[in-house]
Amino acid sequence: MKYDMILAGVGGQGVLSIAAAIGLAAVGEGLHLKQAEVHGMSQRGGAVQSHLRIADRPIHSDLISEGQADMLLSLEPMETLRYVPFLAPDGVIVADRAPVLNIPDYPDLDAVLAALRQFPRAHLLDATGIAQELRNARASNMVLLGAASLFLPLEASALEAAIAQLFGRKGEAVVSKNVEAFRAGRSVIQPA
Amino acid sequence: MTAFVPLGNEALAQGALDAGLSGVYAYPGTPSTEITEYIQRSPEAQSRGVKSAWAANEKTAMEAALGMSYAGKRALVCMKHVGLNVAADPFMNSAFTGVHGGLVYAIADDPSMHSSQNEQDSRFFAKFALIPAIEPANQQEAYDAAFHAFELSEKHEIPVMVRMTTRLSHSRADVRRREPLPENALALPRDLLQFVLLPAIAWHKYADLLAKQDEFVADSEASPFNRYEDGPDTSLGIIACGISYNYLMENFPDGCPHPVLKIGQYPLPQALVARLVEACDQVLVLEEGMPLVEEMLRGYPFDSGRVHGRLDGHLPRAGELNPTLVARALGREDSRRLFEVPSVVAERPPQLCQGCPHADTYRALNEALESYSKGRVFSDIGCYTLGVLPPFNAINSCVDMGASVTMAKGAADAGLVPAVAVIGDSTFSHSGMTGLLDAVNAHSPVTVIIMDNLTTAMTGGQESAGQGHLEAIAVGLGVEEEHVRVITPLPRQHEANVGVISEELGYEGVSVIIARRECIETAKRKRKA
Repeated sequence: MKYDMILAGVGGQGVLSIAAAIGLAAVGEGLHLKQAEVHGMSQRGGAVQSHLRIADRPIHSDLISEGQADMLLSLEPMETLRYVPFLAPDGVIVADRAPVLNIPDYPDLDAVLAALRQFPRAHLLDATGIAQELRNARASNMVLLGAASLFLPLEASALEAAIAQLFGRKGEAVVSKNVEAFRAGRSVIQPA
Repeated sequence: MTAFVPLGNEALAQGALDAGLSGVYAYPGTPSTEITEYIQRSPEAQSRGVKSAWAANEKTAMEAALGMSYAGKRALVCMKHVGLNVAADPFMNSAFTGVHGGLVYAIADDPSMHSSQNEQDSRFFAKFALIPAIEPANQQEAYDAAFHAFELSEKHEIPVMVRMTTRLSHSRADVRRREPLPENALALPRDLLQFVLLPAIAWHKYADLLAKQDEFVADSEASPFNRYEDGPDTSLGIIACGISYNYLMENFPDGCPHPVLKIGQYPLPQALVARLVEACDQVLVLEEGMPLVEEMLRGYPFDSGRVHGRLDGHLPRAGELNPTLVARALGREDSRRLFEVPSVVAERPPQLCQGCPHADTYRALNEALESYSKGRVFSDIGCYTLGVLPPFNAINSCVDMGASVTMAKGAADAGLVPAVAVIGDSTFSHSGMTGLLDAVNAHSPVTVIIMDNLTTAMTGGQESAGQGHLEAIAVGLGVEEEHVRVITPLPRQHEANVGVISEELGYEGVSVIIARRECIETAKRKRKA
C-alpha cells in the first residue's frame, strides 16, 4: 500500500494541522510516513503546500513525482489548481470552494470552479460555511479532512484519535469541536 | 516507546542531545531555525541545563561554541547558508585551531531560494576550510549524523559540518533513537596554545590540518554515510549526494539496475569514486545544490565527456532537485504528468499580515518621501522586505543582514541625500550597529528607521537580541539624543509619524527613528500561551 497526497492552501489556513493529523494517524497504524512542509516566508499569506506520503514499506523521496498523487486536498479553490500537475490520472480532489481573496488579481471564481469541475473525481465542498455553521470557523481544515477521510487508507477512528492527540493540549472542548467538524465533513460527500 | 516522527532538523537536534551536547549556539534563519528551537523546548535539554539561548548573530554564535569546545564540552552551531558568510571568519580559523570538545556546524542550505536571498552550497565552504562534512540523505541519517560528526570531531580534533537542505530540514519521517552518551566534563586543552593563531603557531596548525586530509579521506571510504551499491547495467553509474539519493531510488522502486555511489560524507571517498568511474561507461552526478562533485570529476581541461549532471544540461544548473527532474536526467520518458496548471491561476506571493506594524510605517514613510525623487530607501532582511511588493513599493534594496544602514551611508557619501535605511530590530542587533557607528563617525545624512516589532518575526517570533536597548544603543554609538525618535506605527498615528519622519529626513546628520509596535503574530501567540 502506498498513498501520496498534496495538501494545499494559503499560509495561516491550517495546512500543517491537517498534515499532522494524517501523519499521527498513519504512524499510529504502524505505517511509514514522509511529510514535506513549507516553513518561512510563504507562511506569510503566500501559497503553501505539503507533500504527504504514507506506505506500508519504507518511502524514499520526501517529494511526490508529477502525476503520482492519489489525492489533492486543498483549503482554497485556486490553490488546488496550482498543484494539478502532481495529480495521478485517477487522483481525487477534495477542496474547499471558498476563496481566500488576499491578492488584488484573484481570478473570476466561477472560472476557477469550472476549471476544478473538469476533473472527474473532484469534490468541492463549502468547508468554510460548514465550519461557520458549527460556530467553529477555524475548523474548516477539519471539515475537509473529514471529507477526505472517505478516500484515505486510514480508519476514521484512527483519524479522530489523531485529532484528539493534536488538540489535546487545548482541552476537551476544543477536541470535541474539531471532531464534530471532522464528522460534518465526512457526511457531506459521497465517495465516487 | 511512542513514535518519533521529527522534521529532519528535529532529528538532528535530538541526535545532538543524545550524543552528549552541552550547548547549541545559533541565530534563526530558514531553513535552520527548528534545530535550535527543538533543543530550547526539549524538557530533557532543560533538565540537563543545555545552553540554548539565541546569539546576536552567526559569528558570535560560532565563537561562543568554539569557547565551549575549548573548555572540553560538545557544542553545536546552527545557521542558514548565508549565515555562514557572516561566520566565515571563525569558521575558517577554527579549522586551524582545531577543537577540544566536539564541535559541529549544522548549516542548512536553501536551494531554490524558498526563503533566502541567494543560493549557496555550503559543501564548498567545508572544502575551502579543509574540514569533513556529512550530508544526511534522510531523517534517520540526520539523527545519526550528529553522533558521527561529534565522534569525527573529537577523533581528529576538527570542527565537522553537517550540511542540511530545505527538503530534509522541513520533512518528517520516523526515526529510531540510540542509547544516549553522557556530556563531557569541563576540561582545558592539553596544549594551552592550541587556540593561539599567532603566525609562528598557525604555520604548524596549517601543516597539521593538511596532514589530516588523508585521514579524512580514509574515514570517508569507510563511512556508513557513503555506500557503493552494485548493479548489472554498467552503461551508466550514478553518484547521488545527500537527498538526491532518495529521488534516484524513487524512480526505481524495485532497485536501481545501475551501480550507485551514495555520498553522505566528504571529502569524497576517492577509491569508491574511482571504482564507479572505472566500472561504468557514463557517470551521472546528482547533487542538491551546486555541481561540486561534478566539477571535480570533470577535471578541466581533461574532461572525458563521460560525466553528466548540472553542467551539461542533464539537470537544471540552479534550484533544488526532485524525482521528476532526476527521471528526466535518467532519460526516462516523462509521461506521467497529465494535467497542466490552468491559465486562470494567479500568483500568490507572501505578504505583510493584516494589521502588521510595518505596513503603517511604510505608509508613513512613503508619504514623507513624496516630495523627494524615488529610489532612496535601502532595506534589509526580514518580514519588512515584503514592503517591496504592491501596494507599498517602498524599498530599493535587500542584500544582506545590516546592509541597509551601510548602503544608505555609501549612497549618501555619493550625494544621495536624504538616504533612508529600513531595518528590523533583530537585524539591527545582528549587523546594523557597526554600520551605524560608521555613519555617526562620518556624520552621514542618513535616516535609519528601526522597525522594532520586538521579535525576530520572519523565522517565527524568536527573541531579538537588542530588545529594550535600542535607544541606548543608538545614543551610545553617538547618535544625538534629539535625533533618536520613537514612533508608534498605528493608523491613528499616521499624521504624527509622517511629521517625525519628514523632520528627520530634513536633518543633515544621522537620525534613528524607532517604529515600535509588537508583531501581531507574536502578540497573538503570547495571548494563547
